[in-house]
Amino acid sequence: MSSKNLHIPELVCPAGTPAALRVAVDAGADAVYCGFQNATNARNFPGLNFTPQELEQGVIYAHARGARILLAINTFPPAGQTDLWKQAVQDGIRFGVDAIIIADIGLAHHIATKYPEQRLHLSVQAGASSPEAIRYYCREFGVKRVVLPRILTVAEIKTIHDEIPCEIEVFIFGNIGMMAEGRCSLTNYATGISTNMDGACSPAHAVKYEEDARRNLTTTLGAFTIDRFACGEQAGYPTICKGRYYAAGCKDPYYAFEEPVSLNLASLLPELIHAGVTALKIEGRQRSRAYVHEVVAAFRRALDEYSAGRQLPLPDLLALTEGHRETLGAFAGKRWR
Amino acid sequence: MRTDTHAAKLSVGPILFHWLEEKKLDFYARLATAPIDTVYLGEVVCSKRIPLFERCYQDIADMLEKAGKKVVYSTLAEVMIKYDRQTVAGICSLRNTLVEANDASALYHLSEKPHALGPFLNVYNEDTLEFLVGKGAVHVTLPYELNRAAIASMGEKAEKLGVGLEIQVYGRMPLALSARCYHARAQGRVKDNCQFVCEQDPDGMDLKTMEGRPFLSINGIQTLSHACLNLIHEMQELAAMGVTHFRLSPHTGDMVETARLFRAVLDGELCATEATSRLAAHAPAPFANGFYYQKEGYRWIRPT
Repeated sequence: MSSKNLHIPELVCPAGTPAALRVAVDAGADAVYCGFQNATNARNFPGLNFTPQELEQGVIYAHARGARILLAINTFPPAGQTDLWKQAVQDGIRFGVDAIIIADIGLAHHIATKYPEQRLHLSVQAGASSPEAIRYYCREFGVKRVVLPRILTVAEIKTIHDEIPCEIEVFIFGNIGMMAEGRCSLTNYATGISTNMDGACSPAHAVKYEEDARRNLTTTLGAFTIDRFACGEQAGYPTICKGRYYAAGCKDPYYAFEEPVSLNLASLLPELIHAGVTALKIEGRQRSRAYVHEVVAAFRRALDEYSAGRQLPLPDLLALTEGHRETLGAFAGKRWR
Repeated sequence: MRTDTHAAKLSVGPILFHWLEEKKLDFYARLATAPIDTVYLGEVVCSKRIPLFERCYQDIADMLEKAGKKVVYSTLAEVMIKYDRQTVAGICSLRNTLVEANDASALYHLSEKPHALGPFLNVYNEDTLEFLVGKGAVHVTLPYELNRAAIASMGEKAEKLGVGLEIQVYGRMPLALSARCYHARAQGRVKDNCQFVCEQDPDGMDLKTMEGRPFLSINGIQTLSHACLNLIHEMQELAAMGVTHFRLSPHTGDMVETARLFRAVLDGELCATEATSRLAAHAPAPFANGFYYQKEGYRWIRPT
């Protein structure tokens, strides 16, 4: 495939801290997404995210270098608590963020009516997986871009592209949840913390690593064992959809949902570009500055080479993936399902 | 002050599991005799199951309506492939039938005509409800994980807007949806060649932790709680907050008797404690009510 006449997608990169934001911009991010230090975004972890002042400075830093800031306000405010989310919107708009990433219908309506000029992106947390669902958000709230759920094949993405009036952003690298985004209460069932409302999946305070006398490691979330590892085995962070369980009639425990793997679509970049994808998104606001630098720089090089008409170099990022194993997930074909 | 719960309505949600035709027909025939006001029909979990039962719905709806029940059609919760899309469009175009939307693609078709909002839609707050009521919604069933305070705020709003407010009070709690079929995966298969193995588990396939503790329940692409939601002790309080409808989610236990127990408590003929001890014989698993108290969903907070 040649890159001739092709639109080269923008690279959308994660930042969980002001330092990561600067690193991402310097490494070649076209846009950086981030959130405030509270439940208004889906990576609400201690020590992560931005104070209003930090975000204001982040916008200035990015804009001075030609990069955009996308503000994730992508959780679902529970009834009686919407003010916190509206404050986040007001702050973001005051600082001049380039887009707000939303999932909640009430909040989308609030922004579309109160700040009609503000560019809106539809978060993956909205779980819009069909052209009609996406067109719904475009029609009602003027959404300009949809972040697609990680459950579609490239062929399906192409079909969606041809049937919707807005841009498409897809995840290409990082953690891959097995459940439809914005529709998972597994963490809440085990810990009392809601991914949708509190913005945390597998919150660290509910996670335990316990070693027995023979140095086998057990990982737990709340009261539930998620996985066990023999001495020397690489232990993953316990998330329910990457755990090992017994099913009735099965002799051995197995990864009932998915093994601990990471998404890496580097090899599918040409297909994604041909499918008409506008933006490529890297997951990982919870990851370190060094991680952000390495991943962003690698994909920047790949896209630059491709746009210059050269063979697409495949970034070797295996060392950075969860469990050091990677997958094409749903994107390669229907056999994943 | 005790709220009068005589006016409260009982409903039966869509059958979430893959039951064979005969079992479904028998279930609905029996349900016609139960003290139920509303019955939700339709496949909401897996579109592969739809062709197996589609032709039966009209007769069932007629039978239930003759028995004095209100019938509502629920749409698929996850809409991806062309067949899903066509199915949702088809149901949404039905005339003289109330349709319950379970994803945004259904909202796309239903805006401007009266419809219901299903529990798989993320209606978490007053603003979302108000916007959707402005687009024709007349009834809402709240997401499973909302707690008491949030339900109370939604109750005030629903009352102001004049729409029905429903929450599930019985049955395993839907916790997650995926594109992948975990029933097929357990058999080393994928969704496309699943051979409908989910049929073997009419209340879901139990997953236990490596320590043997029951945890979750698999239903094709859906993951539910192992524990069975039971809010029979909270119905009085819920009705006082403005909840007008209480939903029972179908299981293989005796749902007619289950409905009678819930109705008896609503009518003040039976105390909730006694009802709970009788319910246990029909329930698929031990009870839980943690979400309501903003605790872990699997917990059973002893009623005081």
